[in-house]
Amino acid sequence: MHIPDGILSPTILAAGAVVSVVVLAKSVQESKKNLEQTAVPIMGVMAAFIFAAQMVNFPLLGAAASGHLIGGALAAYLFGFWPTTLIMTTVVTIQAVVFQDGGISVLGVNILNMAIIAPLAASVVYKLLRNSKVPVSVMVFIAGWVSVVVTAAFAAIQLGASHVVSYQLALQTLILWHAIIGIGEGLITGAVVPFARRSSFFLGGREERIR
Amino acid sequence: MKKRIFLWITVSLFIAGAVSLLASEHPDGYEKAGEQLGFIERATSYLHSPLPDYAIPGVDSWVSSSLAGIIGVALTFVIFLLLGKLAGKRR
Repeated sequence: MHIPDGILSPTILAAGAVVSVVVLAKSVQESKKNLEQTAVPIMGVMAAFIFAAQMVNFPLLGAAASGHLIGGALAAYLFGFWPTTLIMTTVVTIQAVVFQDGGISVLGVNILNMAIIAPLAASVVYKLLRNSKVPVSVMVFIAGWVSVVVTAAFAAIQLGASHVVSYQLALQTLILWHAIIGIGEGLITGAVVPFARRSSFFLGGREERIR
Repeated sequence: MKKRIFLWITVSLFIAGAVSLLASEHPDGYEKAGEQLGFIERATSYLHSPLPDYAIPGVDSWVSSSLAGIIGVALTFVIFLLLGKLAGKRR
């Protein structure tokens, strides 16, 4: 899901960067008000964990393709949307600058997709299912899957708007692959959440808190 | 809490330093779609990163990507601590 340099149009790159800067400014404002210093190491650990997990591409059975975790649904479940944007932005920026994973000119768009859209989509799922009878494991699986597919749809729209390929082809192809990859995202998110709960890795340490 | 944080960092270092060596080499979903739709050939790189593609230049063997992963985990943790300190509430 890391978009390289040279593919999207300058207009889309600029638009992505502007939206990301505006949202991140709001994220910083939110954390100035709400982010306790005691929560910072816990979030840092989760950032490091997500960086590590993103390195492990899992094969898509029967296809010469792979996928890897984004982690937006995982962090959003534990910390809520605004803190998650900071975690994911740290990961995506280090990947682009230090490891050449995701283009530097695309950094704004990659942040928009993986650090903002993915956790936002997951947070919407959490909001919708919070008061339902759906078990946590099922809810985080759904949130993981939805976050990947919605992010893929945005990536496809960015390709279409850049006149790289038609919207229809981009949407079909990207959503198809990521509907499969999303299963991996859902399963990993569902597997990690119980361990994070056991470690009380929630913002403010309050169990069952979903913001 | 210190103990738990240490444990999660250890697990993360293990994933990035060892489990990542088993990662699939196949293109990811975006690259795969790019192959099918013919746009991935346009991909380029405007920045020369110090550890391109999670490898240490000049070191070839599994040590290269293992070390790169370990550096990445440590760097991510430290940079987030600094960011959190700056962006979080004042004590």
